Amino acid sequence: MTNEGPERIGATRKESRRLLDLWWQEMTTADETGRPAAYTFVMGSLNEILRVFDFTVNFPEITALQTAIRGQSLGFLQAAEDYGYSPDICGYVKVDVGLQLKGRDHPHGKVPRPSLVVATNMCNTYIKWAEFWEHLYQCPVFVLDLPAWRGTGAEASLDSQTFQNDLRYVEAQLRELIALCERVAGKPFDVDRLREAMAEVNRMAECYHDVLALNRRRPAPFNAVREGVVYQGISNLFRGSPEGTRFFEVAREELRERIRLGIGTVPDEKFRLLLSGTACYPYFRRFVELFEEWGGVFVHSTYTVFAGGGFLPGFAYDLTRPIESLAEQLLYSAWLGFSTPMFSPQEWLAQTVREWSVDGICFHGVKSCRTTSTGLPDVREWLRTRYDIPGLFIQSDLVDPRLWAEAQIKNRVDAFFEALASRRAVAGR
Amino acid sequence: MDELAEVLEETRALVEDPDLPSVRRWLERNPQGKVVGHFQVYFPEEVAHAAGVLPVRIMGAGSALQIRQADARIAAFVCSIVRSSLELALSGRLDFLSMFVVPSICDAARNSCGVWVRNFPNLTCRVLYLPHNTGSSYAATYLRDEYRGIAGIIEEMAGRSITDDSLRTSIALFNENRRLLRELYRVKRETPWLLSTVEAYTLTRAAGLMPREEHNALLRRVLDLLPQRQAKRQDKIRVVFEGGFCEQPPLDMLAVIQDACYIVDDDLLIGLRWLIEDVPIEGDPLTNLARAYLDQSSYSPVQRDPRKPKAQMLLRRIRESGAEAAIIAAPKMCEPGLEEQVNYIRALEAAEIPHLVLEFEEKMAVFEQLRMEVETFAESLLFELA
Repeated sequence: MTNEGPERIGATRKESRRLLDLWWQEMTTADETGRPAAYTFVMGSLNEILRVFDFTVNFPEITALQTAIRGQSLGFLQAAEDYGYSPDICGYVKVDVGLQLKGRDHPHGKVPRPSLVVATNMCNTYIKWAEFWEHLYQCPVFVLDLPAWRGTGAEASLDSQTFQNDLRYVEAQLRELIALCERVAGKPFDVDRLREAMAEVNRMAECYHDVLALNRRRPAPFNAVREGVVYQGISNLFRGSPEGTRFFEVAREELRERIRLGIGTVPDEKFRLLLSGTACYPYFRRFVELFEEWGGVFVHSTYTVFAGGGFLPGFAYDLTRPIESLAEQLLYSAWLGFSTPMFSPQEWLAQTVREWSVDGICFHGVKSCRTTSTGLPDVREWLRTRYDIPGLFIQSDLVDPRLWAEAQIKNRVDAFFEALASRRAVAGR
Repeated sequence: MDELAEVLEETRALVEDPDLPSVRRWLERNPQGKVVGHFQVYFPEEVAHAAGVLPVRIMGAGSALQIRQADARIAAFVCSIVRSSLELALSGRLDFLSMFVVPSICDAARNSCGVWVRNFPNLTCRVLYLPHNTGSSYAATYLRDEYRGIAGIIEEMAGRSITDDSLRTSIALFNENRRLLRELYRVKRETPWLLSTVEAYTLTRAAGLMPREEHNALLRRVLDLLPQRQAKRQDKIRVVFEGGFCEQPPLDMLAVIQDACYIVDDDLLIGLRWLIEDVPIEGDPLTNLARAYLDQSSYSPVQRDPRKPKAQMLLRRIRESGAEAAIIAAPKMCEPGLEEQVNYIRALEAAEIPHLVLEFEEKMAVFEQLRMEVETFAESLLFELA
């Protein structure tokens, strides 16, 4: 059933709330119903496999993010720091450590105990995080090695022998993961259920791309940071489920309706921007407002790529050879969807600037995430000198409100927009 | 000055010089020579050596270099060793590199490879993905293939094939080097008054900056001279220092600690001693190197291996070295080090092993606070153990 006309406006938000409530209900009741829970991460969640075994899937990055959006992350951070964790490590980890130490009572519900942890090496911190749960719960931890972006030189490309070597390794590990899931869940692997989940991911990926691409329009119908975080959340939490696909169909319909009605995400779109990096969740609304006050809208971001499931254009599992295809697409995602946007995003950013009519890029470095933040100043400089693309560099944090300095950030944002306006005025002469 | 003192002084000067004079001297002797630089923690240097290429460990520049350019390229919340290593390159001190390899030890290191790529477009920069899924039945095959890939790049760069025989010869050489380093550590453990921590450290660090043949000769000479050294045993507590696996503590920091304690074992530059047994010479050498990384190796916060729970390995290190206490250090902004520190502290508390927790930065220059902490710690233990 599709929403008609004006009813479509707001349908995405309504559906996202419904789905998030559904997920939290599942999480909250998992322990008491005896349903095994798996903890996993957004870069390489293996939701396709976990669904086959009916795990309730917890995404600690998302639960941590949610505490920050609710303005409640600080208590969890301090609990972790009291336990011994340094102020200098990832805030997501500390929020989760605090949450675990406080009995897994989250503002949205109860996080279940893990029966299994699945982590990839896409972020090395995932592995240290997983080891914390291993110590706390003595649960099995499966680390999936995803060799990814290699750098330069021979054998560093997708058509190299390196990629083929990687593929064999990933496929072998997937089979080992399946065997582990069978032991933990106490049920046999059903390849047809894997195919179903993968077919659903194919459908969702197509819709996800359709949704993102609608922001090529002017005015942009959504903000890639504010709405983008919701899209990323659903794409991960409901990856491989009909609900996930349906959500993006609803989003697509709504955005098309917004375009038809000429409704932009800001009343008067003046500047189109990209975000390189992650967002600031304790001051999420304010972060976006600082840009919208200038008529600035984030039309796209590297974040929606690497944290949205790593879907690449043309993503499609081959269901005739599900495990092999899962390994292949996972590796493509690792190379191009996760690691390249984090470590070598410059060409993608430059291309997106050209193709999406972008005026400038905001590089947001966060203390919590060296994975995404380390090289951002260099990327900014590279794009400025090679392509004359204006860039703003600001720093805060994913979840730690103590690291938000609004006055300083606002000064830099304002100066950036003044420079963009001046640049436009000069170009117009 | 006696010969030993002279050798130790020269070695210290060598490791403290950010211009890497030992590498330059090698290049003067080998004008067509190629150099592969690699970041911390572990890199199979035998593979480079087998092609006649000099492997050089890039370990940051400590306080020897002012960061002028790297800060503009690296975000604020990143460890010093990543910055100073980049600064070495941006300041032209690494212009001899033909290749730079970054093992995937942490997220800052991996991301920094992208910075190197953008700033040195003519330099081959490669991430080496060492396995964390060490229990996978395919991990050794994957790693062998990964080494094969890197070997191929080095062969092309050097214009010389890496044969199984040349690799076996290199493995034998590096086995000997690791044996000599173990012997050095034995002396430090059993007779710490004969060899200070700073001395042992500089002798170890030199391995990453010179041809292994030369380093073997250096270690043999020092090990011959050490028994003749006139040094008195002092009443100091025996400690294990843990936390020097990547960013290195400044020598002055080690000096402050050694004034109060005997550091009888440590994980300083553990990558040079990663392989704890001889790599077999028989059979396929690349496979042997890969298996050695997985199965005959030490431990570190940057490697996940459930067969080697790190806290248990630390307790074992303390026990086997006869240490009475531990100093658990971590570099500022070091995600793996700081996270593992929590694990270590819990294990030490449970085992009732006295420990001191420190944070450091390679470029620290003021040590008074540290001195007070270490002296207080050591004195309280001396009193307790008396």
